[in-house]
Amino acid sequence: MNRAEFLSKFKPQKIVEKKPPLGGLETYSGVWTQKQVIHLLRRTTFGVKKAEVDALLALGMNGAVNALLDNSATKDPIPSPPLNLYSTTALPDPTTPYGQTFVDANPLTVIPPEYYQARINMVKAWWTGNMIHQKLTITEKMTLFWFNHFAIEADTVQIAQGIYYYYKLLRDNSLGNFKTLTKLVSVNPAMLLYLNGNKNSKNAPDENYGRELQELFTIGKGPDSKYTEDDVKAAAKVLTGFRINPLTVPISYYFDPSQHDTSDKTFSSFYNNKKISGKLFQAGEQELDDLITMLMDNIETARHICRKFYQYFLYYEITPEADANVILPLADFFKSSGYDIKLTIEKLLKSAHFYEEASIGCVIKSPLDYSVGLCKEFAIAIPDNTQKEAQYVSWGIVTTLAASQGQNLADPPVVSGWQAWYQFPQFHRIWINADTLGNKNKTAEAIFSSNGVVLLNVALKIDVFKFFENISDKENATAVVTESVALLYNYPLSTTSINYFKNYLTGGNAMGETYWTQIVLAYKNDPNATNKSQIETRLRPMLKEIVSQAEYHLS
Amino acid sequence: MKRRKFIQKAGIGMAIPSLLGNLPLFANENQSLLQEFLNPLVDTDHVLVLIYLGGGNDGLNTVIPIDSYTNLAAARNNILIPESKTLKLNGVTKTALHPSLTGFQNLYNEGKLNIIQSVGYENQNFSHFRSTDIWSSASDADKTLDTGWLGRYLNEEFPGFPLNYPNSTNPDTLALQLFANQPLLFLGPNAQMSMTLSDPNSLFQVWPNGINDAANNSPYGRELNYIRTISKQSASYASAIVSKYTAGSNIGTYPADKYSFSDVLKAIARLIKGGSKTRLYLVNLYGFDTHSNQVDATNTAIGGHADLLKIISDAVYAFQKDLEAMKLDDKVLGMTYSEFGRRIKSNDSLGTDHGAAAPLFVFGSKVQGGIIGKNPIIPSQISVNDNIPMQYDFRSIYSSILKDWFCVGDASLKNILLKSFQNLPIVNNNCSSTALDDLSILEDKLQIKIYPNPVVSTAKVEVTVPSGISHLSLIDPLGRVVRIIHSGQLLEGMHSFTIERENLSRGNYYIRLQHKNGQKTAGLVFVD
Repeated sequence: MNRAEFLSKFKPQKIVEKKPPLGGLETYSGVWTQKQVIHLLRRTTFGVKKAEVDALLALGMNGAVNALLDNSATKDPIPSPPLNLYSTTALPDPTTPYGQTFVDANPLTVIPPEYYQARINMVKAWWTGNMIHQKLTITEKMTLFWFNHFAIEADTVQIAQGIYYYYKLLRDNSLGNFKTLTKLVSVNPAMLLYLNGNKNSKNAPDENYGRELQELFTIGKGPDSKYTEDDVKAAAKVLTGFRINPLTVPISYYFDPSQHDTSDKTFSSFYNNKKISGKLFQAGEQELDDLITMLMDNIETARHICRKFYQYFLYYEITPEADANVILPLADFFKSSGYDIKLTIEKLLKSAHFYEEASIGCVIKSPLDYSVGLCKEFAIAIPDNTQKEAQYVSWGIVTTLAASQGQNLADPPVVSGWQAWYQFPQFHRIWINADTLGNKNKTAEAIFSSNGVVLLNVALKIDVFKFFENISDKENATAVVTESVALLYNYPLSTTSINYFKNYLTGGNAMGETYWTQIVLAYKNDPNATNKSQIETRLRPMLKEIVSQAEYHLS
Repeated sequence: MKRRKFIQKAGIGMAIPSLLGNLPLFANENQSLLQEFLNPLVDTDHVLVLIYLGGGNDGLNTVIPIDSYTNLAAARNNILIPESKTLKLNGVTKTALHPSLTGFQNLYNEGKLNIIQSVGYENQNFSHFRSTDIWSSASDADKTLDTGWLGRYLNEEFPGFPLNYPNSTNPDTLALQLFANQPLLFLGPNAQMSMTLSDPNSLFQVWPNGINDAANNSPYGRELNYIRTISKQSASYASAIVSKYTAGSNIGTYPADKYSFSDVLKAIARLIKGGSKTRLYLVNLYGFDTHSNQVDATNTAIGGHADLLKIISDAVYAFQKDLEAMKLDDKVLGMTYSEFGRRIKSNDSLGTDHGAAAPLFVFGSKVQGGIIGKNPIIPSQISVNDNIPMQYDFRSIYSSILKDWFCVGDASLKNILLKSFQNLPIVNNNCSSTALDDLSILEDKLQIKIYPNPVVSTAKVEVTVPSGISHLSLIDPLGRVVRIIHSGQLLEGMHSFTIERENLSRGNYYIRLQHKNGQKTAGLVFVD
């Protein structure tokens, strides 16, 4: 017996629990309480507001999911585009006056070098703002899913206009058709730049996009994915000839037949030996459609995307039962629907599997979930449209907080997106390490402090009274804790833990609960500064403590 | 992925200088050697520093087979470095280094650099992500493992982890990923064995330890436990890092670079000097995925790839000299690796696509200086399909380092790497060693003759071996083993085998012969 075997004898045995039968894709028919609503909201939006919980509670499960998936242009239009708030009188942006949007600026016009990054920072802040101010729909969570799936890096692309239009493309199609989206992404200038598609030529094909299109964007690397290296090369040949036209507004692609490989491209038996006939002149561009059709005809594409849906919305671990009962039928549905994203997500969000106990509370929040969620859950004040600079700085602070926790918006580390959403076997756990957890704790300390998180004279801070408005039984210290925990954790706590938090309100003495009741009543009768302060100095550290526990990092 | 570094990626405003700025610096940066001698803090076991070259490093432009210039020029003229600009190595005529690698050249000439040629694995995978996972987990290419090789190593040494860790004997994190994050590499069967640190500010946190409701074995409970464990460990390891960093100090100077790469090595030297017992470090530099603009259009000796190699080589050299001044160089070994090499044939974007085997560097005062293996064979007719076949399985490097550097016994070695691999003469040390000279003698005895060559349908392969178990395989242009010709006992002398082409397509193939820790490769061309 070696040392490991010896010591393993002393390890606690895993308790095998009897689990209820696992739900599948059949429609959920159980209770509809605050718990299910919060679960649905956390997974489909960022953070939870009490008003939103109440609204969806009233709609029932079907109505709630339908409401979240209604992202029609009238209900949920894209906010007006990001602005030039960076230029000065001394150093103007020659394409764009201060206060106007730069997204249609000609990318060939030379601007002061620091403005390239400044524009990208504006796009990032603006995008974060869209998440903070999102309507009650899935749009932003879904757009982030697609940006993680069809990942590009702003830092590589460097053209903010391109990043904006790429985001817009993903947002406009976030619940649209996956086949259409894949086609549009493949010829999008930002993607052509990012994966060298614009340099792919017949003489020496650049395989970068042809590879990632199959490995990451469509077929994936599931157990039954068997495409070959020759398929990568054949796809690269199909994809030769796409170039960027910087002269249009917005910048667009064009097809250069002189750079296109017109030979016939033959694929492996995994694709049924499909032959894509080489086409001459402008018709060569149609080979891309043939390629995408071939990829979509393969069930592995539907399975790959459904696994990613599952890992994003449900849990990173896909058990064999979940694969059989949820993924495979969902993939069949996705494919037979002609790759309709909305119908497929609807099926998942209405399924019995989505609402069962094992699915609740097990997602480790992404840094954006955490940072944007804090803003929403504590109704942090963001300057309005009349104070544009302060508004963008506020959004920028939230962008920065998420980046310090390992998620730099629009700049994932690699083409496969953020590790937490693909790296077997740790997945979401990768969001948690000494750095990121440290920075989350630091964020909580700062944002609950009286100064708040300050950047360029703009402070983000928490007014605990706004959160206090959510509590129905304010005079009852126990109720204040249990109601707060119900909203912020979505799991009940032991009496010991409730008392731990309650001590912040009561000072831990026997008379404390009465005392708490008295100060709340005093404030009700006369909301003067002293009475307000009595509550605030107790409520603030209690809420900070709730947010600082491991429980708060789960969604 | 472009020349992007993890540092900027992971967040903002966290350049390493702030690591220095934030720590209470009691130690004077310019302490004299005498004071160093008097400093009693050094108490460390052997350390391994892994340097990951993210994206797939172009081995052919790193360690250049100058005996193949004609064929290289035919395959990659637009990125080929003129022979006159390459760096010569003492006593070596057929192999030279990229002009940026002056630090490695010096280390080689001082006998502190071991270059292992054409490291890879059978059935090369060309995906960054899958191939990185293969290198991290040390799995076969067609299998997946859900633990990392260093996670399994640490689990053998510290089997109870994380229960009762840290403790007085092991106050420091077992492994530290400094400005790097390869979760799978250090994942053990029970726990993540490494600490990830990219933001020094996180060392100064208050770690809440408020409520502690029992977590059940549901998904929710498992994730809750995970976060709590990391939180508790981080608190303790963070204060240990601060105290070791404060106690240590650097002696040598380090060159500045735009990714602060050398600062990371500098911080590691300082932690080791401060008495840290951390055994394993991972650092990284990204940007080696040079599909385009690998070289400058007008001067192939400079450009993106050259810049990256210079950063690594200069920083490693400074690190080695610092450790030597600290008298800690006998304790530290370093190794570079990348998920794959790049294609022999270049593309039109002044770059190269994903490839197969590539050279790997191991450095330190205890390495056996030299080159293991022969130059890769560059065929005269090169298609886009041609790749460098492996000479050495990457796990042979792992195995040799575990055995000779960390003195891991055979039973544990089998638990960690799951099977046996060749032992290569990389490190000199007390536990065991295979001398580089012995290997050369053995490899000189191995002979392969192929005729006819090129081959239309049938070829004879004659091999000469010492007595014992020999493995003979046929490898295709993509580096895949397409035929095991022989695997088993052979008597000393010459043996003849017949290869039928059957359905194999035309192209450059290789015969690989392995006997004990020696190996030999010979090219074989199928023509129609």
